[in-house]
Amino acid sequence: MTDGGQPLLRFDGVTKRFGAMAAVDRLSLDIGQGEFFALLGPSGCGKTTLLRLLAGLENLSEGRILLDGEDIGSVPAYLRPVNMMFQNYALFPHLSVAGNIAFGLRQEQAGRAEIAERVAEMLALTRLQGFEKRRVGQLSGGQRQRVALARSLIKRPRLLLLDEPLAALDKKLRAETQSELMELQRKLGTTFIIVTHDQEEAMIVADRIAVMNQGRLIQVAKPADIYERPNSRWAADFIGEVTLIEGRLVDGVLQSAVGPLRVGAGHGAPSHATVWLALRPEKLRLNAERPAGEDNALAGTVHEIGYRGGLSIYQMRLADRSLMRVAVANTGAARGRTFAVNELVWLSWPAEAGVVLTQ
Amino acid sequence: MSAGRSAHLSWGQRLMLLIPYAWLALFFLGPFLIVLKISLSQTVIAQPPYVPLLDPSAGWHGLKNFAGQLSLDTYRLIASDPIYLSSYLKSLKIAGVSTGILLLIGYPLAYGIARSPRRLQPLLVMAVVLPFWTSFLIRVYAWIDILQRDGLLNAMLLKLHIVSAPVAWLSSDTAIYIGVVYSYLPFMVLPLYATLEKLDDTLLEAAADLGCTRLQAFWRVTAPLSLPGVAAGALLCFIPIVGEFVIPDLLGGSDSLMIGQTLWTEFFSNRDWPVASAIAVTLLGLLIVPIVFYERLQQRQLEGLR
Repeated sequence: MTDGGQPLLRFDGVTKRFGAMAAVDRLSLDIGQGEFFALLGPSGCGKTTLLRLLAGLENLSEGRILLDGEDIGSVPAYLRPVNMMFQNYALFPHLSVAGNIAFGLRQEQAGRAEIAERVAEMLALTRLQGFEKRRVGQLSGGQRQRVALARSLIKRPRLLLLDEPLAALDKKLRAETQSELMELQRKLGTTFIIVTHDQEEAMIVADRIAVMNQGRLIQVAKPADIYERPNSRWAADFIGEVTLIEGRLVDGVLQSAVGPLRVGAGHGAPSHATVWLALRPEKLRLNAERPAGEDNALAGTVHEIGYRGGLSIYQMRLADRSLMRVAVANTGAARGRTFAVNELVWLSWPAEAGVVLTQ
Repeated sequence: MSAGRSAHLSWGQRLMLLIPYAWLALFFLGPFLIVLKISLSQTVIAQPPYVPLLDPSAGWHGLKNFAGQLSLDTYRLIASDPIYLSSYLKSLKIAGVSTGILLLIGYPLAYGIARSPRRLQPLLVMAVVLPFWTSFLIRVYAWIDILQRDGLLNAMLLKLHIVSAPVAWLSSDTAIYIGVVYSYLPFMVLPLYATLEKLDDTLLEAAADLGCTRLQAFWRVTAPLSLPGVAAGALLCFIPIVGEFVIPDLLGGSDSLMIGQTLWTEFFSNRDWPVASAIAVTLLGLLIVPIVFYERLQQRQLEGLR
């Protein structure tokens, strides 16, 4: 974010209704110059609609969108200094790779020499040299993705919008492309706004993430903050894996169905309020004996073990029959012993490992 | 890939492939060879009205004798007599201008159908095809009634005070154009609709995003992508209009003839089968040019999409 001053982009009470349904509901958000910003949420949460409103492909029902302090709500799509990379790429099948990339510049009636120079620059940037004469139909998925990227960058937009840009790629190519996107964004300094339903992707590429649900923002924060300090049960549950334990706070101790649990300070929840303790699987430890000196320790039996290669997820059955997930790294080291199904095991975690959620 | 696959065809598959070729050989190549042969013959007053006749019983000598009697006289006649050239030119002109008018009317029509709500589209396409439910001949006769001196068109124009005296519509090129454009409109609209309907809307959004107004997006995206439909529609109209006989015969005047009418006259009035055949063969030769052009365009399009 910019320190003070005005943000590059400001959504101010933005609402978009389709019939009676509000796809985007009174949403306000600031995005700074040079940010790589992710809109994350389940399908139908309004993230793509928000992007399309920004591109001018949908009309606002209410609110304002300010770019550099200027209201662009009534500016038609073709005049906005914003370019979009479409989910299915939307490449023009009748044009070559170079023709697709040059499309935006030709529209500006740029000179022949300038077009050639900028197209060459884009081809180099997206490592597409040698493909300029190819037809779009002759390209692989990864190459098409790069053509779409080059085409949306050639007009040097103030904002680049990416609608699920990597959804069509296989897993390995996706990982490579993610780091390419980050490198590109650093090199150009352009503000990128990416829409994705893939939380891992959002956390890898973005400087900040806005988690959306039902047309509203749930939480806007840096990836680590969203993961470590979710602001609600919904956000905690949507991002990563979590076990939620309901209880009542009495004198800084959570009275829950599995017994009193110590929690960290600074949660700001009033005493005697109903709250939820969110525990990430990797913050918990499994012990053969009752650990001494730990803030919290619970007995449980191993219900199920999910092997995932690098780590295993243990589903632990607690005294109140509820299940708790614990991640154990498969280091193979002597100190980490493994447990069998139905074995009695002690779970432990320090007070600061959990997050107290009030909503 | 296709070569490797055809090597493994079963007998049943080969038979299936053979059927269309056998059909073409029997009903196109065979008759064409007969017409080609007649075009190289000479007219006589006899039954049939031309020589030489192929007589397989005469053996090798008879065959040589037969080949020796074939000549290009009919083609020389067609090249030298300006009446044939002017017929060809008139046919090409009528077909060219009509195809242009058809495109001007058919494109917006097809575009409108393709952009209307999806559930309405079958109904609108149906409306375009509806005239086919009445016999073509009856519809052309109906136009005689509409276009004649005290017909519907003149009555309407007089009532609206657009003209002060009845206009002679019938027996003119205008009447031919009206009849042709009316009759061939579905053949222009349907292939155009098929192409425009497939067009991906996000391409237009991408064009808008890259700075195109709606009109610019149409010219830079929709128009080039609909070219295969334009070519298909234009050829589907142009080729049969060049050889059109019924419409100019019923609606047109007698001062200048289209090539179909000239052919008919040679065949039925003059009983000159060789010249009539030569006209037909020459016409086919002329029409191969646009067909080859279309084939190449389609090939290119397929390569682009693959």
